[in-house]
Amino acid sequence: MPIKLPFGGRREQHPTNLWTRCPDCGEMLYNKQLDKNQRICTRCGHHFRLRVDARIAQLLDRDSFKEQDAGLQSVDMLGFVDQKPYPERLDGARTATGIRDAALWGTGTIAGTKVALCVMDFAFMGGSMGTVVGEKVTRAAEHALEERLPLIVVSASGGARMQEGTLSLMQLAKTCAAVGRLADAGVPFISLLTDPTTGGVFASFAALGDVIVAEPKALIGFAGARVAAGTIAEQLPEGFQRAEFLFEHGFVDLVVARPKLRETLLGLLRYMRPTVHVDKAGGNGSSPIGRSPAFLESLIKREPAHG
Amino acid sequence: MVDETVVAANADELRAAVWQRVQQARNVKRPHTLELVRAIATEVIELHGDRLFRDDPAIVGGFCRIDGRRAVFVGHQKGAETDENIRRNFGMPHPEGYRKQIRLCRLAERLGLPVVTFVDTPGAFPGPASEERGVAEAIARSIMVMTGLRTPIVTVITGEGGSGGALALAVGDVVLALENSIYSVISPEGAASILWRSAEYAQQAAVAMRLTAAEQLALGVIDEVVPEPEGGAHHNPDETARRLRARITAHLDTLAGRDRKVLVDARYARYRAMGEFAVVAPTGEPLPERPGFVERIRRLLVSGRAALVGESGLPSGPAEDEAEDEQQVGQDT
Repeated sequence: MPIKLPFGGRREQHPTNLWTRCPDCGEMLYNKQLDKNQRICTRCGHHFRLRVDARIAQLLDRDSFKEQDAGLQSVDMLGFVDQKPYPERLDGARTATGIRDAALWGTGTIAGTKVALCVMDFAFMGGSMGTVVGEKVTRAAEHALEERLPLIVVSASGGARMQEGTLSLMQLAKTCAAVGRLADAGVPFISLLTDPTTGGVFASFAALGDVIVAEPKALIGFAGARVAAGTIAEQLPEGFQRAEFLFEHGFVDLVVARPKLRETLLGLLRYMRPTVHVDKAGGNGSSPIGRSPAFLESLIKREPAHG
Repeated sequence: MVDETVVAANADELRAAVWQRVQQARNVKRPHTLELVRAIATEVIELHGDRLFRDDPAIVGGFCRIDGRRAVFVGHQKGAETDENIRRNFGMPHPEGYRKQIRLCRLAERLGLPVVTFVDTPGAFPGPASEERGVAEAIARSIMVMTGLRTPIVTVITGEGGSGGALALAVGDVVLALENSIYSVISPEGAASILWRSAEYAQQAAVAMRLTAAEQLALGVIDEVVPEPEGGAHHNPDETARRLRARITAHLDTLAGRDRKVLVDARYARYRAMGEFAVVAPTGEPLPERPGFVERIRRLLVSGRAALVGESGLPSGPAEDEAEDEQQVGQDT
């Protein structure tokens, strides 16, 4: 826009927009340099949260991303009002972030390998999953199934969106069902967990990747650490709910620093290509053990349910 | 969409009426899963353990015979008095509870038996032991298994339907709910402490989340409300069980004849259709580096600096008009 407002300009020149303090080591980081370094602290290696556009640019081949369903927009199904009505919160988030909701999905390539990619953005209402986010994850999975493309989902979310009530909760079922179908059909799904991945997102599709990769020190857990500490009044273990904690307990395959992520995904994709079952008796080959649905049916029908 | 069974003249009365339902749903005297199953079924054989770690007393399950129909049941289990409640962890499962559930549901699938689930939990246990053993993964896998399970599932929400920890047992072909049960994405206290920054607003949060059975029916999250005897389920557990048995057997019979693939596809479609969204015109442009003109104006208005708009000679109209145009374009296409 060519019109320049005097007050808008002044605000953008405010020094707080030029520098960011690292929450880990306290270093003052020049924003332009931070961006150039993939938003990793140059001193201690702290990974700052990444906006969706930066994440896509970092993972995919240049200009290969084709966004799908960009026009999906949340609606206020419950007439939800807390301290602010939900539509106002949505408007505010759209204005502040420049995106329509907390996730984008589309197709793209990683070193030439075509993938379906869904990326969440914590900046939009804490990356919370309402109907639109659930729909995008599901559509990405359904497209991956149809086109037999590997699915990659990058999670960054506090959990289900409270303002859509149980309809947000139902997105857990919707997305789990969709990635369940991928697993049945032999289409690989890589889940990338970034800071933070908690609540309903971690308790659904994000925990179901065939391979799960996490960024260093990312907060990953079911209940917020404060909820856990508050409810239970127990001393929380050191590094509780961090990526390394989950790695140690067997819930994450790899903890990978951001500069190595693209290379890691590429390496995984070389092994994780959609398979086609060759069992001729199996017909469509879409059943989990390569047996025909009729075979499974015969197992299930051996005994009548009433007896 | 308001709970029509709640007659409220004003906001205070509505809040009180909704809160009464929350308290009914949480009432310790309310019949819990084992009590209900023993009253509904003629035979109950409880099975134990997840074969991986331990038996979780907060989730129970096994075989049962309901009016001659053999089934597998699974449910959250709260205790009737303090000692049992402590042993049952107040109905808050650890991961091993969900893994026991997965095991029993897979068994039902192999045996060709339908599954009946009973949902009554404040939520999965949020402590360190639970996190260490992967409660989120257990819930996610349980939900995934239930969405694809090749046998009929009838679900009854009997008390508290608390978030993901409840949903893991509540994915079904038919979802019933007792009249005084509640179903929510987070506890009212949790929602209040996050959105109002104080748990004191739990009652407001309960109203805002539309958590009563009647409202959940209106939203399409549940399929049927089963009325409770006068005074609530705990005043007459036998009558409550009789009403539940009638509805459960009716649905089991309808589902029993259904082709397994049709059944699973219909279940997928049921959850696929949950929630609504609008489709507006996509901008088709890459993400803006910083907010555009219209958005900056709007941001100023929101931040209470409306006076400046007059000084800059711009009426407040255009920002909103333009936004509306964009929406309408979206609806046309």
